[in-house]
Amino acid sequence: MPRWLTSGRVFWLALFAVTWALSTWSFQLYKALDARWIIRFPKKWQLELDGAISGFLIWLVEDAGFYLFSFKDLTRAMAALIEAPYQFLRNLLIEGFSSGYGETAVQLAPSLSWIAIIICIAAIGLYARDWALAALVGCCFLYLAVFGQWHSAMITLASVLIAVPIGAVGGLFLGIAAYRHPWVDMALRPVLDLMQTVPVFAYLVPILILFGFGPVAALVATIIYAMPPMVRITIVALRNVPDEILEAGHMAGCTQRQIMWKILVPSATPTLMVGVNQVIMLSLNMVIIASMIGAGGLGFDVLASLRRLDIGGGIEAGLAIVLMAIALDRASQAFSERKYRVRKSGNLIQRYPLSSTVLFFAIATMILGRLIPAVQTYPEALTLTTGPFWAGAMEWINVNFFDTFEAIKLVILQGLLLPVKKFFTGIPWAWGIIATGLMAARIGGWKLGIMAMLMMGFIAASGLWGKAMVTIYLCGVSVLIATIVGIPLGIWAAERPKAGKVILGLMDTLQTLPSFVYLIPVIMLFRVGDFSAMIAVVLYALAPAVRYAAHGLGDVPEQMIEAGHMAGCTKRQILWRIKLPLATPQLLLGLNQTTMLALSMLVITALVGTRDLGQEVYIALTKANAGKGIVAGLSVAFIAIIADRLVNALARGQRKRLGI
Amino acid sequence: MNTTTILECRDVWKIYGAKADSFLTHTPDPQKGDLRKHNLIGAVRRANVQIRKGEIFVIMGLSGSGKSTLVRCLSRLVEPTAGEIFFEGKNLLSMNEAELIHIRRTKMGMVFQQFALLPHLTVLENAAFPLDVQGIDKVTREDRAMEMVELVGLKGRENNYPRELSGGQQQRVGIARSLVVEPDLWFLDEPFSALDPLIRREMQDEFMRLQNMLHKTIVFITHDFDEAIRLADRIAVMKDGEIQQVATPEELVLNPATDYVAEFTRYVSRSKVITAGSVIQPLQDGTFAGTVDHKQLIDDIASQIEGANAPYRVEKDGEVIGQITRQAVIDVLVGRA
Ligand SMILES: Nc1ncnc2c1ncn2[C@@H]1O[C@H](COP(=O)(O)OP(=O)(O)O)[C@@H](O)[C@H]1O
Ligand SMILES: [Mg+2]
Repeated sequence: MPRWLTSGRVFWLALFAVTWALSTWSFQLYKALDARWIIRFPKKWQLELDGAISGFLIWLVEDAGFYLFSFKDLTRAMAALIEAPYQFLRNLLIEGFSSGYGETAVQLAPSLSWIAIIICIAAIGLYARDWALAALVGCCFLYLAVFGQWHSAMITLASVLIAVPIGAVGGLFLGIAAYRHPWVDMALRPVLDLMQTVPVFAYLVPILILFGFGPVAALVATIIYAMPPMVRITIVALRNVPDEILEAGHMAGCTQRQIMWKILVPSATPTLMVGVNQVIMLSLNMVIIASMIGAGGLGFDVLASLRRLDIGGGIEAGLAIVLMAIALDRASQAFSERKYRVRKSGNLIQRYPLSSTVLFFAIATMILGRLIPAVQTYPEALTLTTGPFWAGAMEWINVNFFDTFEAIKLVILQGLLLPVKKFFTGIPWAWGIIATGLMAARIGGWKLGIMAMLMMGFIAASGLWGKAMVTIYLCGVSVLIATIVGIPLGIWAAERPKAGKVILGLMDTLQTLPSFVYLIPVIMLFRVGDFSAMIAVVLYALAPAVRYAAHGLGDVPEQMIEAGHMAGCTKRQILWRIKLPLATPQLLLGLNQTTMLALSMLVITALVGTRDLGQEVYIALTKANAGKGIVAGLSVAFIAIIADRLVNALARGQRKRLGI
Repeated sequence: MNTTTILECRDVWKIYGAKADSFLTHTPDPQKGDLRKHNLIGAVRRANVQIRKGEIFVIMGLSGSGKSTLVRCLSRLVEPTAGEIFFEGKNLLSMNEAELIHIRRTKMGMVFQQFALLPHLTVLENAAFPLDVQGIDKVTREDRAMEMVELVGLKGRENNYPRELSGGQQQRVGIARSLVVEPDLWFLDEPFSALDPLIRREMQDEFMRLQNMLHKTIVFITHDFDEAIRLADRIAVMKDGEIQQVATPEELVLNPATDYVAEFTRYVSRSKVITAGSVIQPLQDGTFAGTVDHKQLIDDIASQIEGANAPYRVEKDGEVIGQITRQAVIDVLVGRA
């Protein structure tokens, strides 16, 4: 055997060759053998899980009961528990408080004026960090008022304000339970894994069935979506409290409860705040997606504009989402970095200057607002709209660059997307299962191989093989492109600190944007289809590739580089021979994150007309078919889990080889 | 020195690893090889120590030798795998949670290597923390804590947060916190190891100053033999979880029980541990330049004796027990004794 042909290479070459051959000639094979099962999973073996799940849900809603009350009562009670504070916040932010209904309603108090809300958010910024942050978040909210997005934005904000405390506190308590009782931890772990990989649409359906269309269902979905990271971060944060601090607590004679609330939780607060930041960002993301099941607000505006092909309106509302996301992200991030400061002394006002100021303005604008309506509500006559401008800009781009864009689209479609699609969709399901198993076993051991085969088997048996292959192809291509674009950007950022600051800052901002936002420009420039979906996915999933590459290169020990210099390496050799090999574990972690983000975005691109598992979930949502949605959602989750385990196994192997 | 025993541990074992408990019941006296075969770590192996009231008992050994584990067994932060521990005559290991909390709230204090201060509390609040968890009202506890803060020389910094202090200052807060409940028994786990050498020296002096005022019973852990001999009344030398020898610094140097201890003490400047009483010769006739006490360190009296033309008398409890010559002092100084 020639030296380059090691056994590893032979394995991969052979695997690829067989797969390629089977994929190319599967149809001929089916004709020649007259064996339709080769390309279609036999109907009679198909799992009918979706029917069972739907049936179960219907039973749950209609018949299930716990002696004293029915399941329906339970969901009603939960709904009421969420509804009440939500309505209160809506009154506070939007509608004002009144007693009585309809014509006879008497207004008791108006909502907070727009001025008071802006001052409040700026004060939060000032409290969390400094005047610069206060100005930033204040301006973001001012934009909402001036550009006529206030009403929708406040609906979104009210949802976020409900979802975040419930999600954060719930996550904290679950995390504490898992920290204290190993069995809770064991039980939660697989659930958390699934929650992070099941696409959001999939659990919208059962929630829709249980809670009905409306803001409450949207809030429940949001809370479920935003809680898992808080649970994880809580567990990690509590475990990471130094042993000595815990021991100091025991030696001071703390009881179990004091240990938790006086030692562990306060010491872990900075990390816990990172979790809260995540909850906020995920809530915002989900609130927008959930506009589809009745949340209303900015997400609904975007969706409605897109459906009307109102380009300007879509961009305007999208921009409002972006600014709100930035404001909430920066403010909550500042909290996690906030240092304890010496407390002020003096009377109530001196001790709490910010709260006093906010309260003063709230009351003052309330009184003034009775006389001058503009103080209460931003006057409509003064709102600006950029809608026509954006619409014009888009039209201009489309008029002048239509051919260019079409050409680019065509080249990439024919040169890359279609061949890859043909390859993946051609693979016969039986071989696909075996090949995945072989690949997983080779990389991560036979246990992983068996797990991968079982998961792929589930997908095939659910009759979703073809759609799953479309998902894998779209995800694969998007991840490939994100990596090809992202890693050089990361390298650039690591090598040139100045450029790095800009690039990483941009990536940070990209990551704070709700996934929905990415669809807007893509649809406008490229309309619907696989190509648009791919662009949106690449944009959404780019950030981790860049970040991990930059960090991986930045973390290479200085000594290694000095050793390289002393060995007479050129700059290029240092990059290729020293930095990149040492950074591969980090690059692989970046790849893992990119893949996970790509899969989660891919489901949302069902809105721009892909024909993959995402579409399956989305159809299930529109038809309120819970079983179908869950089965398709699980299929996406399984693909994500296999990819995650594979890449992690690769990274582990690489780390071991490098001895780090 | 009062010789009543305040804390005693008998045949204490701490073994880490899967099924450590059942292993020890099957194999009551495992050797190092037995442990390794079963993938267990013998962090503390058959430890016997008696801490006497009012003494400074130093546990000394290289990193990983089991010092921290032993001291955590003594305070029951770590549950020993086997053995018995008696605190003031009561069985520490059979106490329930409430009794243990009571003992820790009133009788024990501990100082940690990495300071272990609570980041969200000020210096004063950190020092008052053990009183806070007992539910003592704010005014009383902060008064008491303020006394401690002053005692350790941090007056004026009481409203700072730990991150605003230097390492040495943070450890002073740790000391104040451990003393605020006026414990009888004071554990210090490598309290000065995280500090720079100069600061460490200063903190040792500070520590001796405090001990001269407070007369606590102290279990002090260190990996630094010089620190050990500076502070200790008695030293326990540990290796691989085993206590090799318990003795005064001088005995360790003069009569090392094992090769390991001998190796350890070889490079110690002996004049810092050997006392006049250990190098006396029979009293001879002639003139004497003066008198020294038998407990004085050679280091402290060397220049005095070397400079004189005649030997010195050595006294014990006012009685002359022998003489010390210039030659004897020089022998100690150059390491011949
Ligand atoms: N929680 C633990 N689990 C397993 N091994 C431990 C644990 N704590 C300590 N050890 C082991 O016990 C031995 C003694 O540790 P330690 O008491 O911390 O030593 P020292 O304080 O002397 O440096 C070490 O080999 C350490 O690895
Ligand atoms: Mg230690």
